[in-house]
Amino acid sequence: MNPQPNSTNLEHHERLVAPGHTFASVTDKIASIVLARQLKYGWVIGFALSFGLTMLLLFATAWLFVKGVGVWGIDVPVAWGFAIVNFVWWVGIGHAGTLISAILLLLHQEWRTSINRFAEAMTLFAVACAGMFPLLHLGRPQYFYWLVPYPSTMGVWPQFRSPLIWDFFAVSTYATVSLLFWYVGLIPDLATLRDRTKRRVPQIVYGILAMGWRGSARHWRRYQDAYLLLAALATPLVVSVHSVVSFDFAVAIVPGWHSTVFPPYFVAGAIYSGFAMVLTIAIPLRAAYGLKDFITDRHLDNMAKVMLASGLIVAYGYLTETFTAWYSGQQPDLYVVENRAMGPYAFWYWLLLTCNIAVPQFLWSARVRRNTYALFALALVINLGMWLERFIIVVVSLHRDFLPSSWGMYTPTFWDWSTLFGSIGLFVALMFLFIRLLPVISIFEMREMVEHSEHEQ
Amino acid sequence: MGACGQNHLGYPQLDIVEAEQSCGPSGNSPMWRSLDELAGDPRVMALARREFPSLLDRLVDAPSRREFLRLMGASLALAGLEGCIRQPEEKIVPYVRAPEQIIPGKPLYYATAMTHGGASLGLLVESQMGRPVKVEGNPLHPAVPEVMSKANDATKSSLRFGATDAFAQAIVLSLYDPDRSQTVIHAGQIDTWESFYTQLRERLEKDTTTGGAGLRVLSEAVISPTLVDQIEALLKRFPGAKWHQYEPINEDAAIAGARLAFGASIVPSYDLAQADVILSLDADFLVDGPQRLVDGRAFAERRKVGGANAGSMNRLYMVETGRTQTGAVADHRLAVGPREVIQFTWAIAAAFGLQSAKSRFSEVIGVSQSWIDVVVGDLRKSRGRSVVLAGRMQPPVVHALAHWLNQALGNIGTTVTYRDPIVARAELNSESMRELTEGVRAGEVSTLIMLGGNPAYNAPAELKFGEVLAGVPFTVHLSEYVDETSAQCGWHIPAAHLLESWSDTRAADSTASIVQPLIAPLYGGKTSHELVAALLGDPDAKSHDLVRGYWERWHQRRGASDSFDAIWRTALHDGVVAGTQMPPVIRTLRPDIANALEHELDAINELPNAELQIAFRPDPSVWDGRFANNGWLQELPRPFSKLTWNNAVLVSPATAAEHSLKSGDVVEIVISSGSVKLPVVVVPGHPRQTVTVHIGYGRTAAGRIGNSVGVNIYPLRTSDAPWFAGIDRLKKTGTRVNLATTQHHHLLEGRNLIRTGTLAEFVAAPQHPKFMDVDEDTNPQESLYPQREWAGYQWGMVVNQSACFGCNACVVACQAENNVPIVGADQVSRGREMHWLRIDNYYDGSPDDPETYHQPMLCMHCEMAPCEVVCPVAATTHSDEGLNEMTYNRCVGTRYCSNNCPYKVRRFNFFDYNAELRENATMQLRPNPDVTVRSRGVMEKCTYCVQRINEARITTEKQDRTIHDGEIVTACQAACPAEALTFGNLNEATSAVAQLAKSSLNYSVLGELNTRPRTTHLAVVRNPNPALRHTSDESTT
Amino acid sequence: MSGLSADTFGLLAEFRDAESLVAAAARVHQEGYRSVEAYSPMPVEGLADAIGYHRTRMPIVVLIGGIIGLVSGYSLQYYCAVISYPVNIGGRPLHSWPAFIPVTFEMTILGASLFAVLGMLAMNGLPRPHHPLFAVPQFERATRDHFFLCILRTDPLYHERATRRLLEQLGASEVVDVPL
Repeated sequence: MNPQPNSTNLEHHERLVAPGHTFASVTDKIASIVLARQLKYGWVIGFALSFGLTMLLLFATAWLFVKGVGVWGIDVPVAWGFAIVNFVWWVGIGHAGTLISAILLLLHQEWRTSINRFAEAMTLFAVACAGMFPLLHLGRPQYFYWLVPYPSTMGVWPQFRSPLIWDFFAVSTYATVSLLFWYVGLIPDLATLRDRTKRRVPQIVYGILAMGWRGSARHWRRYQDAYLLLAALATPLVVSVHSVVSFDFAVAIVPGWHSTVFPPYFVAGAIYSGFAMVLTIAIPLRAAYGLKDFITDRHLDNMAKVMLASGLIVAYGYLTETFTAWYSGQQPDLYVVENRAMGPYAFWYWLLLTCNIAVPQFLWSARVRRNTYALFALALVINLGMWLERFIIVVVSLHRDFLPSSWGMYTPTFWDWSTLFGSIGLFVALMFLFIRLLPVISIFEMREMVEHSEHEQ
Repeated sequence: MGACGQNHLGYPQLDIVEAEQSCGPSGNSPMWRSLDELAGDPRVMALARREFPSLLDRLVDAPSRREFLRLMGASLALAGLEGCIRQPEEKIVPYVRAPEQIIPGKPLYYATAMTHGGASLGLLVESQMGRPVKVEGNPLHPAVPEVMSKANDATKSSLRFGATDAFAQAIVLSLYDPDRSQTVIHAGQIDTWESFYTQLRERLEKDTTTGGAGLRVLSEAVISPTLVDQIEALLKRFPGAKWHQYEPINEDAAIAGARLAFGASIVPSYDLAQADVILSLDADFLVDGPQRLVDGRAFAERRKVGGANAGSMNRLYMVETGRTQTGAVADHRLAVGPREVIQFTWAIAAAFGLQSAKSRFSEVIGVSQSWIDVVVGDLRKSRGRSVVLAGRMQPPVVHALAHWLNQALGNIGTTVTYRDPIVARAELNSESMRELTEGVRAGEVSTLIMLGGNPAYNAPAELKFGEVLAGVPFTVHLSEYVDETSAQCGWHIPAAHLLESWSDTRAADSTASIVQPLIAPLYGGKTSHELVAALLGDPDAKSHDLVRGYWERWHQRRGASDSFDAIWRTALHDGVVAGTQMPPVIRTLRPDIANALEHELDAINELPNAELQIAFRPDPSVWDGRFANNGWLQELPRPFSKLTWNNAVLVSPATAAEHSLKSGDVVEIVISSGSVKLPVVVVPGHPRQTVTVHIGYGRTAAGRIGNSVGVNIYPLRTSDAPWFAGIDRLKKTGTRVNLATTQHHHLLEGRNLIRTGTLAEFVAAPQHPKFMDVDEDTNPQESLYPQREWAGYQWGMVVNQSACFGCNACVVACQAENNVPIVGADQVSRGREMHWLRIDNYYDGSPDDPETYHQPMLCMHCEMAPCEVVCPVAATTHSDEGLNEMTYNRCVGTRYCSNNCPYKVRRFNFFDYNAELRENATMQLRPNPDVTVRSRGVMEKCTYCVQRINEARITTEKQDRTIHDGEIVTACQAACPAEALTFGNLNEATSAVAQLAKSSLNYSVLGELNTRPRTTHLAVVRNPNPALRHTSDESTT
Repeated sequence: MSGLSADTFGLLAEFRDAESLVAAAARVHQEGYRSVEAYSPMPVEGLADAIGYHRTRMPIVVLIGGIIGLVSGYSLQYYCAVISYPVNIGGRPLHSWPAFIPVTFEMTILGASLFAVLGMLAMNGLPRPHHPLFAVPQFERATRDHFFLCILRTDPLYHERATRRLLEQLGASEVVDVPL
């Protein structure tokens, strides 16, 4: 099933797919991951662990619904805690997928091909995790649907001036479009699986999902047009979604939130954390399933560069925040800066700067970019850093706002933590299922790559 | 609300039939049930399940006696529920004239009076369908200032309210307290009044042979004329019997001081309206004392500048040994130790030529001579228009000197008058108590009847009264709770709550008030009158008849012609008995006063002169511990420390630095009488010579709320050192506790939250004082959106920060009116307190002598409300009348509005804080039916008492007229003795609130955010003496 | 015409690589065949043009979807905030249009995207679970590595033998009947 030796010597580094691959070989290689009968030992372990964490999430959620949001560390003034931090963090992570698929597609960045599929899956699962939190954090979650504009017997409607409503529309739209994008991309590969598998049940299931795809020339033409247009639509969407999320803060008057720099630097941050997460998944994945031929070191290198770039934009964002605070001359705004750097949460602020600004500077060195271990470590550090950024923005801005009399503190409880780690568990568990059930790399696009590389020679 | 009271005049007998129908099928149900029946009864089971979860399983098999007891409690609580419609059989007279029967949902107001702080306080209690739910002040009562007193006559026609204090506001909660004692208990077993009486009679028959030599009656300070009359009768019947009075917080020093000065125990009362210069010697006269409310009002009136009374502001010099609300608003404050107070007073007296005093105190330690000179100068300037007050914690000599000074300054008759004490026997509490204890020790006492009080808990430490009690063969304790003392007594008799009792009491000028019940005893409690009547051989006497009988006799003695019925009706209706006021007495100082004082002084010089002294102060919330089981008061943020559910050691920054203490560190304090471990709270401006602890905590039998809250200080408090004691050692233990404080940060951080200036600055430019423009940004900027037209009623409030002295009455009033839940210490320490109205306090200047500011904070009802814009479901919206309204049942609980509220006045139900309220049968009677009880997960906040606004709107629309200014009085405004809060229609140019809104001192807190608050504040104006400016300068920079 | 078997769908020619398929397709089109369809495991440049299929109507479909989303998005908000439920929110005017932009934008994107995907499927006649080609065993490699050209029986020029001969000339490795 694995006809190709792993190509490690330098000349292949610049390739996006190792030489010698044929349509048949790429197809079989990728399809085999899904079609293999037996479960990999590592897969079982990993899935079991992540599923355990998912159970913890369910437990924490049940307890939350029984007792109320008071089980968390939130209070007045800090009425938003981990729930919102996690929400913003996950939504951010959910950006890389669509970005890689859409923007890089429009820019004809061929190297996207072998990573876009699982990047999109990652997006879906991240958005799923994110979407859960605004619901959980409600005081009366049973009434979440009141945010939906539907003709109620009371004749009341949602309040469209609220950023939370914008959020609701943005995130649900994003989830829908990402799903469509992902599924459309999958259709030809589902057809391939339909035709590859020898067993009945998968044949039926994949058959239904493939919707009778035959690869006819006319279909391909419409398919490509639709896919391209979808990409063109998804690109502004990606930008809009995290801008809207940033409005939750920028539109409010809380010092430390009320800032016009938020939309751009939230988007940059999203890309930043998104790519970090893609790397976090790609590196173990290609090792575990011997996909080094398709997810080559050049892919990692490129992603590292994107991270570095977006990281610098984020750094610029921090700088601007501080500058505008000073420029406004408003005592509360100035105090926010002081409080972040010297207040009770100072340690976390400095840790955030270390994770998001200092450490990533190593990416300037090609040697680090080519060292998968270093890259993996960096990716984790950045994930942590981006979570801390959201914590600083949400909690540290709230805990000391306008009236010193009502300043307070926020201390996360066991239930805060279990919800955070539980959501991570859910995300990983979904990833494991995806790897097992669907092609992690777009097969038909790999075939195109093969064809092009043949032309090159 | 007022007007409605006027419309549905109360009616003597409430229509019981209708009330019963509206309140469930059964009227009075049998109180007693056999255990089986009890255990079988699903309602009882349900109640028991809630009340005593642990009991459930064990209920099936035969329960122990304790469980039986508690179950009895359950059944009685149940009876309490059914008791909700049980009206007193006797005629009680509502405050206003009555229709044919109650109109459901329309409140009736009844006048009654509460006795606290040595005199009565006139109350108007709101009754909803026979349930007392809210307390207001009775403006006809001499100790109660009227609210909106300056309102026009049109308004006067409607029901008027008077001010109250936090304690008065909280009594409705105690009434429905399920922990109250519910049955007669004999040796720990349930018993009945009847069998009690049989045993009592046997016992008394024995005593009669000895002329009652073994009979002792111990009561709290008795003011009730009827009770005095009864006890005197008892003493006639048993010549050998003795009557003792004891209150842990008493006026002993004042009485001794008066005797020292006049040779008679007469009490001063003050007319602060006439006083231009006030010198307070550790007297917290704004919140403590028989006249606190009227004194507070008179003082506050002289603090309000702008408009008419520009220059008429008074000046207050405060010399204090701790941190008091009065000191916080003083123009000049001297934080010193107890000895310095005496020395200071001597120095002042010497300056006014007290003979031979000068020799003793040439210079005063710890007080700058300039200070003394300035005070002397000011007092001299305003002879006859000044007043010197001495606090109850000061030794007799200081009181005597105060009397002497007032005499010397010619204040007698103008600002100071003297009256005979209203308390039955002006005796020294501590001596009376010692005498009793010695009697018991000597075995002379065979029968001890205790009318209320809790001596086992709060008697002077050295007496060990709790242990001594066991030595008395026959002890009876009448008490609202089965408390520490009841546990030591053979018999416990449940006492009726104030709102369940017939009684009478007197104001400081001895004006009498009849105490009338609003509801029949929920738990069959007895009054002192009924117990004493039983002692006199009439176990079935009704206190109504006893009280009425006394006043009928009083009426006959006066030999007036008019019918007593009319007098009685008017007395009940008005809440005061006409013609009972006593004229002031004229006494001259003892000729030998100088020598007497010198002699006193020697005594004081013998006192140990410790570096650091501990001051025992009455707790601003639980007083001497009697309110320990009242959740509203426990959760009330104490002034300065903002501490709830606990007592602590208040220390000065200096002391803290010396022992390297931070708030929350636990210290051990060792004094001669013992030692105590308490957490520390560092309080700026606290004198470095003392540390303050509040008594009234560490109760062991207060009830589920009050048990084991804080630490009991009484074991340290001896009769010869009741207020101050030298500290032998103060040691940091190293342990820390998480204090449940509602405010952690007290500095202004250079923000313009409080505008403040001096009277001089104001007078210089009354139209535009320069201290008002602090920052050009504070004028609201232009908005992108078109401006809105505000027509019709536009409600608004103005908070006068110069008048507010932070007495907390408004906070409890708001809690009572709006069903604001109690969340408990843990939730408070997590920053989840629910008070809709809070009083922020800020310090400015040096930690040792800062300026202190109170800033009442409630919903600002911003015209450009930031909270409303961010709500995704339009649960908080704006009304046409400018109210920022919360729609509870639309709220999904995103809490975004709270984040976006710059004033942080929104409160969130993080848990189901009203679970107990819903589940407990008795507590269900408490809430105000006009206000929704909020559920879990919804946001809530101040509504400007919208229920009162709507009530007034309905009334006035029926009468086809507009709402008069002052016709709507919010709960907080009604409670405020200082009239610091003014509510009304901003669109009505002549309304009080509109006038104040136009004042040159008016400003919007955080106005720079362009939120356009409807609640605005008036700058703090103080009147420091230019000669002492440097001190205030250094404290305002 | 002779030799027409009514039960065939058409003739399916299998090719080894994309180039020969494109050449063959172009040739067949020259011959005048119109009911022709080519199949490939991945999109092949010029294949659709070769069989005379030049432009799709996707863009206009997406545009319509976008416009519908935009209009419905804004009018929904206007109806709620101004007509159906006019309340004073923080002193802002009922029609505070700047606040309505984000939702309008999202709705536009949503409308366009839905139309793009559903339109594509509809025009491709998908889903179609069964198709005569699936009966041909070789055809399963159409989604792996082989290329196919199919001339439908419904083509007027279609002739059992002639067409087969043509296809074989074009270098088809194999030509099979596709039963209907």
